[in-house]
Amino acid sequence: MAETPPPADRKGWLEEPKNRDRLWYALIISCLVSVLADFFYHKHVHFDVEHIPGMYGWWALIACVAMVFVAKLLRTMVRRSENYYEEPDE
Amino acid sequence: MSEFPPGLLLVVGALLIPLLRGHWRNAYMLALPLAGLWGLSQIAPGTHYPIELFGQTLTPVRVDKLSLVFGYIFHIAAAITIIYAFHAKDAVQSMAAMIYAGCAIGAVFAGDLISLFVYWEGTAISSVFLIWASRTESAYRAGIRYLIYQVSSGVLLLGGAIWIFNQTGSLAFDKMTLSGPGPVMIFIAFGIKAAFPLLHNWLQDSYPKATVTGTVFLSAFTTKLAIYALARGFPGTDMLIWIGATMAIFPIFFALIENDLRKVLAYSLNHQLGFMVIGVGIGTELALNGAAAHAFASVLYKSVLFMSMGAVLFRTGTAQASELGGLHKSMPWTTRFCFVGSASISSFPLLCGFVSKSMIVSAAAYEHHMLVWLLLLLAGAGAIMHSGIRIPYSAFYAKDSGKRPEEAPVNMLVAMGIASLLCVMIGVYPQVLYDILPYTAKYAPYTVGHVVTQLQIILFAGLVFGFLIRKNLYIADVKALNLDFDWVYRKLFTGLVETCVRVFGPVDRAIREGFVSRVNWVISGVFRHHGPEGLLARTWPTGSTVLWVAVLLALYMLFYFI
Repeated sequence: MAETPPPADRKGWLEEPKNRDRLWYALIISCLVSVLADFFYHKHVHFDVEHIPGMYGWWALIACVAMVFVAKLLRTMVRRSENYYEEPDE
Repeated sequence: MSEFPPGLLLVVGALLIPLLRGHWRNAYMLALPLAGLWGLSQIAPGTHYPIELFGQTLTPVRVDKLSLVFGYIFHIAAAITIIYAFHAKDAVQSMAAMIYAGCAIGAVFAGDLISLFVYWEGTAISSVFLIWASRTESAYRAGIRYLIYQVSSGVLLLGGAIWIFNQTGSLAFDKMTLSGPGPVMIFIAFGIKAAFPLLHNWLQDSYPKATVTGTVFLSAFTTKLAIYALARGFPGTDMLIWIGATMAIFPIFFALIENDLRKVLAYSLNHQLGFMVIGVGIGTELALNGAAAHAFASVLYKSVLFMSMGAVLFRTGTAQASELGGLHKSMPWTTRFCFVGSASISSFPLLCGFVSKSMIVSAAAYEHHMLVWLLLLLAGAGAIMHSGIRIPYSAFYAKDSGKRPEEAPVNMLVAMGIASLLCVMIGVYPQVLYDILPYTAKYAPYTVGHVVTQLQIILFAGLVFGFLIRKNLYIADVKALNLDFDWVYRKLFTGLVETCVRVFGPVDRAIREGFVSRVNWVISGVFRHHGPEGLLARTWPTGSTVLWVAVLLALYMLFYFI
């Protein structure tokens, strides 16, 4: 009879590729639902752009993509060895 | 007891800490902030304990709603962090932390600039011991740099106070306008402590080098004290909107590429302060309430995040993202609490960040600051990327590092649990927080629009993260150091000094050697004439003196006739 491994060594739920896919599709559907939700309530807008359905989502999408790529660019410029300033502590 | 000046109880009480041991010390340390909190609930609004000094009346205690909201959260943060530090047996660190918390509390109740200065410096000097307590060479150096910044801030505050006193004859700490050097000096003093852009490096430099518990203490007080001071002294100062916007955005990029997760949180803290600074800059009642509420909430969720990363460091010995991953398997509770902190900073509905940050965003919209509003939304998305997703993902998921550390000690879990519970409580019953805010502006966070739009931001940020992870395009965790502005004084200035020494050293040496050789030449000349064997050192007979007098007389006569 095979022993059950201790909880710490079981495969995590997220480590199953199948579950990762499930999570990914759930995320896509949630995004669509959140955009569609914009059609079903009355908006109190302060700016014209808020009339675009899902405007907050699209803006977050653009912002996040931009931030990740700017950060990657920044890394190419500011990256140095860990011991750049001083030798590591004992 | 209720009449004891807020903060002073902790400062004075700290002196007894070394006399106690074990559980007694822990119980005593926890009792101090709880007693202080009870005292605050009893204290009457107004000024107390006027002190006459050199013909001036100082008001060390001024109680109003703005000081109370910061007073409450500082006591709560102190109590939670003390529980988190129960396992630590370092009396010096315990005393420093208690004095530090007490000074921060005292500072928010200071009614005049001199009392503020005394507490301001108190926070600086006590808190550096939390960094030095790591007892490493790099922590020692970072502590020195931290102290230089903090003490400079205090000196500027004092200089500004003296200038204002000369001009107005008053030392009262109230709203100021940026006219004349005095208020400008005070503004910069506050700016240093609030980690304004280019004045910010002390934060990211020192906080990750403090002890596991020290960083949690540090994250709560210094910067939030600065936000209080700005809200008191410079509300509605337009410049703060742009300073705040820069603060809310720039640290995001560094937080995304930094490998040390406690340093990621330090950048993230800096970025959260940006929201509060924008709120103070907008200066409407709603915006100022938002800044105070966000300070309150951010102390809670930032301490949850710092505590969870502290627990990881405590158990694994590292907080480097490149060496972590998969820890949720053996640290499930730490993971859960970290998620509460992450979701709070992401402004997830039903958590405290949602009810506080949305006030600032709404205040910007009500004032029709469209650019600021867009930048606030962008910064909010940034918070989701670096603290909402990256922190828990890198530490607890990502690749399996193979590390199977024990779950965090019980006291740490209790502290994280209390702070997480407060995050949820304020998110579910925001009125608890809104009732203690300084101004009367009403705000309803849970409208359909607020909830839907915020969920859109969170979900789409998650979508970007998920897509980049799936395509292997996300920023990899690499062991490296990233240059920030502190390069200017840690490399450029020291480099310039070294270059100067190299270039001007030989010239300087040549000049000095030349000078020394001239002096030697003079000395040897004098020695030749005046030394033991010198001509002028001999004893001469009286006759020769008479002869010389005759010669001088003759010369005198000669000149007289000419």
